[in-house]
Amino acid sequence: MSDQTPTIPRFRSPSPVAWIIAVAFLAFFLQGLWAADMSLDRLQRGALNLARFLGQAMPPDFSNWYGIADAMWETLNIAIVGVTFGCLFSIPLAILAASNTSPNRVVRTVARLVIAVSRTIPDLIWALIFVVAVGLGPLAGILAIIMDTIGFAARFYSERFEEVQKGPSEALTSTGAGRLSVIMGAILPESFASMTATSLFSVEKAIRSAVTLGLVGAGGIGVELSTAMRLFRYDDAAAIILVVLVAVIGFEQLSSSIRKRVI
Amino acid sequence: MTATAPVLDVSDLHVSYGDLAILRGVTFSVGRGEGVVLLGANGSGKSTLMRAINGLAPATSGQVTLDGTPIIGARRATLRKARRQMGYVFQQFNLVPQLSAFQNVLFGVMGQRPLGILNCINAVARSEDRARALDCLDRVGLADRAEHRPTELSGGQQQRVAIARMLMQQPTMVVADEPIASLDPKAGREVLDLLWRIVDDEGLSMLCSLHQLDLAREYGDRVIGLKAGTVLIDDATGSIDPARLDGLYEGATRPEDATGAKIAAA
Repeated sequence: MSDQTPTIPRFRSPSPVAWIIAVAFLAFFLQGLWAADMSLDRLQRGALNLARFLGQAMPPDFSNWYGIADAMWETLNIAIVGVTFGCLFSIPLAILAASNTSPNRVVRTVARLVIAVSRTIPDLIWALIFVVAVGLGPLAGILAIIMDTIGFAARFYSERFEEVQKGPSEALTSTGAGRLSVIMGAILPESFASMTATSLFSVEKAIRSAVTLGLVGAGGIGVELSTAMRLFRYDDAAAIILVVLVAVIGFEQLSSSIRKRVI
Repeated sequence: MTATAPVLDVSDLHVSYGDLAILRGVTFSVGRGEGVVLLGANGSGKSTLMRAINGLAPATSGQVTLDGTPIIGARRATLRKARRQMGYVFQQFNLVPQLSAFQNVLFGVMGQRPLGILNCINAVARSEDRARALDCLDRVGLADRAEHRPTELSGGQQQRVAIARMLMQQPTMVVADEPIASLDPKAGREVLDLLWRIVDDEGLSMLCSLHQLDLAREYGDRVIGLKAGTVLIDDATGSIDPARLDGLYEGATRPEDATGAKIAAA
């Protein structure tokens, strides 16, 4: 080492942009706290209300078990039918949106826009829109789940397609195979494991969404839950929430064990 | 060498990536049944040349014709027709890892069947194609591994599956891009033996790039030496002075060296 060896500072001052972002974030956070009117008094009352709710909710009332089971069944119907169509529609959309499979720039941009719109609009809002379009009931829920699934699955499918190694598809292209054949012969098989994992996540997500869709009248167990809450029948509500909990956890276990087997 | 018209004819081929000219006027031809070894240092343009011959890399100018069909600037349908005649063997084998060896070999006829893949998936493929695919695997000595996935096979075995896929295609011309560069010397020699035997048996023409000068002399009828994107040597194997081959690997071997974009020595 010579005398000119530079000394390396232990700390570096963040850039002005970083300062501005940090200060702006802090200001926004404090303003939000203030706007929410957080006070010790309110938190205390809230805790008391919560305790009263729990007191009335226990023990859960399963006397309407048939109605709950029926509504849960409808919820699973909505989730499975919606997610199946959603995943099926996601495959062509993802092919059109991925840079290595899309026929051209215009198509790719349009496909990405469609996926982005389906993702950006939350599932409850899709449900509200479809309730207006097709009326109350499970069909609105299914359509909402389809849109929600496309936003999630098509995006991850297309990202996976873009990560696929080039070699095998190039090999098939070199034999004179057509574009679609190459996609189906090399890119889809290479993405299969990841697509299965994404699809299973979509099902988990769809079941959770389908539970809440009933709150806006799009069918399923959410309808029962919102009725029970509005009528202050908290023990009924607790029974519904427990059933939802069991169904969601049960499916998550099932899907993670399938995922482990596939990957 | 045969007196008939060449199978592959490359004339004044130029390929550039951005501003960098990789191939700068490459001209040669390969006769029917002729086995040509392509030599050159890393970065001299061998792979680019082979990719351009198949239309995988876009050419700036010049022409490549296969059995009289022009490839550069060809319409998609014409290009695909020419590609069906050209078997391609890659350094990295390029098998689809999730599918069985048998299915990978069946894919060799993908370009030749109407509806492409829908006619060469194992479950629905024609029985004569299925029989031939098994026969191709048998010829590379892997019929008993037909249902194995590439990941369950050694590198040498994977390249043999790739050769079976090429054979399934029934090409007239084979392009092999460093087919043994990822294999150990013993497996490499076995694969090269097999490849050359099949090419001879079928009477195919071959352009095969290699890194080993001794193997080039042993197998090739003719050697083409590429240096900095131009053809420096094009002669029958027996008549080449070894010193000239060594020259391929000395001095400015890459196009960027030759165009003056020199990296200052540290």
